[in-house]
Amino acid sequence: MRASPRVTRVVGATALALSLISCGGGGGSTSGGGAPNPSGIVSSSWTDPQNPLEPANTNEVQGGKVLNMIFRGLKQYDPRTAEAKNLVAQSITTSDQQNFTITLKSGWKFSDGTPVNSKSFVDAWNYGALLTNRQINAPFFSYIDGYAEVHPDSGSPKAQTMSGLQVVDDSTFTVKLTQKFTGFPVILGYAAFYPLPQAFYSDHAAWLKKPVGNGPYQVDSYTRGQGMKLVKWDGYNGPDKAKNGGVQLKVYTDNNTAYTDLQAGNLDVLDDIPASQLPNVKSDLGSRYINQPAGIFQSLSFPMYRSEWGSKDALKLRQGLSMAIDRAQITKSIFMDTRTPASDWTSPVLKEAGGYKQGVCGSPCTYDPKQAKKLIDEAGGLPGGKVTISSNVDTGSHRVWMDAVCNSINNAMGNDKACVVNPVSTFADFRKQVVAKQMNGMFRTGWQMDYPLIQDFLQPLYYTNASSNDSHYSNPNFDKLVNEANAESDVAKSVSTFQDAEKVLAQDFPVVPLWYQNGTAGYSKSVSNVALDPFSVPVYTGIEVSE
Amino acid sequence: MGRYVIRRLLQMIPVFIGTTFLIFVMVYALGDPVAALFGDRAPDPATAAQIRKDLNLDKPLVTQYLLYMGKIFTGDFGTAFNGQSVTELMGTAFPITLRLTIVAIVIEMLVGVFLGVVSGLRRGGGVDTSVLVLTLVVISVPTFVSGSLLQYLLGVKWKVIDPAVSPEAPLNELIVPGIVLALISLAYVTRLTRTSVAENARADYIRTALAKGLPRRRIITRHLLRNSLIPVVTFLGADVGALMGGAIVTERIFNIQGVGFQLYQGTLRQNSPTVVGFVTILVIVFLIANLLVDLLYAVLDPRIRYA
Repeated sequence: MRASPRVTRVVGATALALSLISCGGGGGSTSGGGAPNPSGIVSSSWTDPQNPLEPANTNEVQGGKVLNMIFRGLKQYDPRTAEAKNLVAQSITTSDQQNFTITLKSGWKFSDGTPVNSKSFVDAWNYGALLTNRQINAPFFSYIDGYAEVHPDSGSPKAQTMSGLQVVDDSTFTVKLTQKFTGFPVILGYAAFYPLPQAFYSDHAAWLKKPVGNGPYQVDSYTRGQGMKLVKWDGYNGPDKAKNGGVQLKVYTDNNTAYTDLQAGNLDVLDDIPASQLPNVKSDLGSRYINQPAGIFQSLSFPMYRSEWGSKDALKLRQGLSMAIDRAQITKSIFMDTRTPASDWTSPVLKEAGGYKQGVCGSPCTYDPKQAKKLIDEAGGLPGGKVTISSNVDTGSHRVWMDAVCNSINNAMGNDKACVVNPVSTFADFRKQVVAKQMNGMFRTGWQMDYPLIQDFLQPLYYTNASSNDSHYSNPNFDKLVNEANAESDVAKSVSTFQDAEKVLAQDFPVVPLWYQNGTAGYSKSVSNVALDPFSVPVYTGIEVSE
Repeated sequence: MGRYVIRRLLQMIPVFIGTTFLIFVMVYALGDPVAALFGDRAPDPATAAQIRKDLNLDKPLVTQYLLYMGKIFTGDFGTAFNGQSVTELMGTAFPITLRLTIVAIVIEMLVGVFLGVVSGLRRGGGVDTSVLVLTLVVISVPTFVSGSLLQYLLGVKWKVIDPAVSPEAPLNELIVPGIVLALISLAYVTRLTRTSVAENARADYIRTALAKGLPRRRIITRHLLRNSLIPVVTFLGADVGALMGGAIVTERIFNIQGVGFQLYQGTLRQNSPTVVGFVTILVIVFLIANLLVDLLYAVLDPRIRYA
């Protein structure tokens, strides 16, 4: 999932955040007092989703928030540990890492009463992959055999369904992949793989007005641009029944307004505390402020397609620039500890077992201005005597941290014109320039994980010609290791092979790790048990409303 | 008079076509809306091509414009990328902004003209000086400062109002945002009225009216004010258009989902149908407001005639 253009999230787990997570699931009402009211409604901030609310067409947090409430997939990511656990799936088995047999638990239903069966999944995936349905998450189905026929690079589709998906019976279906992929079961918790009821196809317009799913909540009313009311669905039989009566999502024109509303007690949960409020959030909210790691990785990429930046000789230049950035100071004074300095290319939410490893980056990620200048001088100095950092500046606090990064580089170089910020007015325009390979210096790249797998932090970003390989980095050795890791049957071995690939990345250094971003949230006195999942989305089902 | 109105209406046609075309080109030049849809991920080329085709984005700019205008004349303003029709968006946004504008204009007129008359009649006095200083302060404080401050004090500190306006935006919730929106224009109205009143107060016809022995109240309201209001009306007319489209700051602070916010979001998301559609309507509002102002001149000053 892309990092939303409004990137104002966090890193640096404080003891406070940890204690909040650890009480998740328990009934500890820490504030507000009074017994929890199981029919109480939680109000929460929202912005209008960018695309229609279809599972395969939603790749940003705000739409994902809703899908996460009204749908449950084959797997579910544990809100605390990010571990993928079977939910609707009874089992997902394979003997060759390429052909998977998926069986479903019985008894799952959509809130319109129709059963969740093999067809609900197979039809939904075929819908998501078909080119003419123009679903932006379609590439997620590209692992499945037959994708090339329903989603050709040009021209119209040659088939309507993917040959790799076969329904065996109501509760069993098989998936054949185009290549071996050990991590495939883990990605099945992602929104694009949710099942869809028949009503989705038979009356699409009505479904979009009021989406129907199989999750713990159902949509009560939805007014585009204003808000959505979700109520607890009593027919839900999953393990994570809602502890409140429903959720009222309110659209805010500005997160600062939502923050003010939270202070005034008119809003219960605000995820993503606006950057301008971070300095005073602790005094405003006290223990009702959450700041915990999320699967978001921020970096600066080099245009590897330009010889002055991408050549072998420029390696020292790239490493030197990275070394010149005082990450610790910037995350502390600008981001108020809502980011943690990065020392690898993944995220702490993966945990050690999942592939996160501190220090993979090594010395280039350790601030050392003297050594930085030495490296850059050895590489022949900055090309043309200066470096630019490009990013959109319309949202988030990009301008502020970019200025700080530039200052840090300038100090190291002893030249206050060595680094300049190149602000691009809108996100769309910035993306256009990045896609068109028009970057001529460092540029901002952010990555919000789709699923908690080290593969998601490496393959889409650094594999040759991968969908989000904005720096256009390419190393056959990296590609080979990724392929090997995907084909590896043992999960632990697969992870360590991915880490080997990451080491290749560290040697080539096409992308500067900046910081891991945290999720932030605040909540009012009338709710308790608020926590964020690794995707920085509030765990709504666990929230308790006091009377 | 009738012929004058018709001529003015006809003049609107080229202005209308010109502005819509300019806006269309400008929004088009901003960047690739389809790339923005995909976020940080490079768009899947096949999906992007399909979206472009479905939205006519693969055609030349002029063709796109003609297709767009053709639809506008049948009342179809296109679809925002989130699948909602732009007409529907307008249906919710314009009434809200209209209410906000009315609140602001009423405040401007009542308070501004009153303060202007009072200070104009007592030029150089204590009241005049304090009004001048006060308006200077108001003009120099940016809207986001006054807005955020009022919102914090009234909404969080004293809990007199809700800091955020509800989606339905009823009139009573719009009073504080209306005051914030009106503040700067209010200062201008006050100053315009003051100067105008001060000048006219020494005019011959006022002395005549005084000499006739007319009551002071009648002189001020019927003779002095009526003649002094022409520059003020011109300003207010232009202000209606500005307030309708330019309330972005106020609308964002107070969570008002009106025209300014939709335009802001449309621009951020490169949503050309939304931006062009809203601006088109705003252009019409501007043109009509200006026409009304010109017609009002004749009402205020019978010497002005239109043929």
